[in-house]
Amino acid sequence: MPEVGTEQNPLRVAIVGAGPTGFYTAEQLFKQKQYTVEVDMYERLPTPFGLVRYGVAPDHQKIKSVTKIFDRVAKKPGFRFFGNVELGKDISVADLRNYYHQIVYTTGAQTDRSLGIPGEELDGSYAATEFVAWYNGHPDFRECKFDLSVERAAVVGVGNVAVDVCRILSRTPEELARTDIADYALEALRESNIREVYMIGRRGPAQAAFTTPEIKELGELEDAEVWVPPAEATLDELSEQALAESSDRATTRKVEIIQSYAEERPTDKSRKLVLRFLVSPVEFIGDENGHLQAIKLVKNELYKTEAGTLRPRHTEEYETVPMGIAFRSIGYRGVPLPGVPFKESWGVILNEAGRVIDSDSGEPVTGEYTAGWIKRGATGVIGTNKPDAAETVDAMMDDLAGGQILDPANPGAEAAREMVEAQQPRRFTYEDWLALDEIEVARGEEQGRPRVKFTTVEKMAEALDK
Amino acid sequence: MKVKRILSAKSGDVITIRPDAPIRDAVALLTEHNIGALVVMAEGESRPVGIISERDIIHRSSVSESLFSEPVESIMTSELITGMPQDDLYSVAHTMTEKRFRHLPILDEGKLVGIISIGDVMKAQRDAYRGEIDTRETQLLAGAE
Repeated sequence: MPEVGTEQNPLRVAIVGAGPTGFYTAEQLFKQKQYTVEVDMYERLPTPFGLVRYGVAPDHQKIKSVTKIFDRVAKKPGFRFFGNVELGKDISVADLRNYYHQIVYTTGAQTDRSLGIPGEELDGSYAATEFVAWYNGHPDFRECKFDLSVERAAVVGVGNVAVDVCRILSRTPEELARTDIADYALEALRESNIREVYMIGRRGPAQAAFTTPEIKELGELEDAEVWVPPAEATLDELSEQALAESSDRATTRKVEIIQSYAEERPTDKSRKLVLRFLVSPVEFIGDENGHLQAIKLVKNELYKTEAGTLRPRHTEEYETVPMGIAFRSIGYRGVPLPGVPFKESWGVILNEAGRVIDSDSGEPVTGEYTAGWIKRGATGVIGTNKPDAAETVDAMMDDLAGGQILDPANPGAEAAREMVEAQQPRRFTYEDWLALDEIEVARGEEQGRPRVKFTTVEKMAEALDK
Repeated sequence: MKVKRILSAKSGDVITIRPDAPIRDAVALLTEHNIGALVVMAEGESRPVGIISERDIIHRSSVSESLFSEPVESIMTSELITGMPQDDLYSVAHTMTEKRFRHLPILDEGKLVGIISIGDVMKAQRDAYRGEIDTRETQLLAGAE
C-alpha cells in the first residue's frame, strides 16, 4: 500500500453518525496537521446534528448554537455528508471496509433503560426518549401517541432529560409556541389536561444528576409553581457530611435551590410541579382497561458504599399516588450496530480508549473506532464528547503512523460516492441540509419562532425537489 | 458520572495474578502491561483476595534481598477496598484521595469486572470539566451575537 495521509493519497475516514461526536471527531481529524484526511459522514436521517436537533429541548435554543461550530467543520475541504444513508440497511460494515482506511462509529445512544418493575408496559407508561423525539419532530417518532387528557404525570429520573420533560409538560401553550417544538406536539400539548407533574428521584437532592441552571429554570416557569416536600428537601446525615467534606460548590448551590422550593408561597399559578426525592416506583398499577392509574412508591434511605458513594436502599414504607401518565427517564442506552462488537451489559461498543475490540480475541479490530455515547455510555454534556473524540482520534493517528489501517479495494472519494448513490439514490448532501435549514428558519420567522421543522423525510425531499 | 462510564472504554481484560505466584512474575506482568497494580485472584474464586502494587514491591525490596522469590500473598494488601459500576466518580475520587490508594478493583455482583486507577479518575474528571467549560463557552458566545 502506498503511503497514506498524503495529498495524493489522503487518509479516507468514514464517520457513522452525524451527532455532536461525529462532528467533534471530524474537527479533530482536520485539526491535526501531519496527515491529509478526507471525511465522509454517514447519517441515517436526512439531517445532521443528532440529539442537538432531536434531543435538546425546543426551549433551549442557546444550547443548539453549537451547530455553528459544526457548520464550520462541514465547510472544510475533504468533508462530505451522506444523509439518509443507514448502516445495516443501505450500506454495511463490509462496504465501508472496502472504501475507507478507517471507520468511526459515533451513533450515540438511541434507546432508554427500563425500570424493570411490574406494570411498566401499561398504556400510559412511556420512555422519555420517545416523548422527547416526538416533541422535537423526529421523523421516526412523529406517529407516537401520548394520552395527555389525564391530570397528573410522573417523570421517573432526575437527570437533565427528566427536567426537560417536566418543563415541557408544565409550560403554557404560549410559552411553547415561541419555540421550534413540532407543530403536532404543540397542538397536542395545547389540549393537554395535565396540571400536576411529579419528578421522582431515588436518591436525595445532593445526588441528583440534573445541573444547577436546569433546576433553577424550573422556578421561573410562567404558570407552574415548583414545590418540594420539606422532609425530602432536607439532607440526611450522610449527604450532609459528604457535602461538607467535598466542599463542592455546584452541589451546595443545587441543594440550596431545591430547598428554596420547599418553602410554601402564595401562588396564583394554575399548574404544579412537584419534585420528589428518596422514593422509587416499585409498581405501575393499571385499571381494568390496562391503563395506568397509579404508581406505588417506596421510601428509600441512603447508605455508603465501600468506595464512598451514597446509594439508595428500599425501606418498608410505601405510598400509592394516582397517576395517569408516566415517563421513565433513567438513562439513554446504545443499540448494537450490525457487524460491530457490542457490550450488552453497558450498552456500548466493545472498545479500548476508542479502538473497537474483537469480542473473541480481545484484540483491536483493525481500522474500526468509536467515540461519544456509544463508546463510553450516555453521560456528560454535549462538550464532554470533544475530549472523548480527541482520545479516539489520537488512537487513529497512532495506528496510521504504525501502519495499522485498512487496505481498501477502492480508496477513491468518487468510488465511495458512486457506491452510496447506487445503494441509496435519495441521499442528502450538506448543501441540501443548508437549504432545508434556510427554509425552516424562514418558516419560523413568519410565526416568531426559531424555525418550523420538517418532520418527515418526504416533506424534506419535496421541499428540495428531490 | 458513574464508574462504569470509565470501564466502558476499557474493554481489555483485568490483569490478575495468583496469590502463590512469585513476586518476580508480578514484576514481569506490571512491566509487560505497563500498569501499576495487579488484582490477586485465588483459583476458583470470583472475588479478589488482594491487590499488589508497584509501590508494595518497591517498599519491600529495600528490606528483603530474596523478595522476588517470595509469593505475592506475602506482601499483597488483603484488606481490599472495592467499588461497583454504579459508584459515583466524585465519591470514588474523594475516597481514593482521602484513604491514599491508587487502584480500585470494580466488582459487579461479586464478580471482578475491571479496575480503575486514580489516573483514570483524574482524566474522567478533567474531561468532564473541559466538556462543561466548552459547552458553556459556546453558549456564551452565541448569546453575545
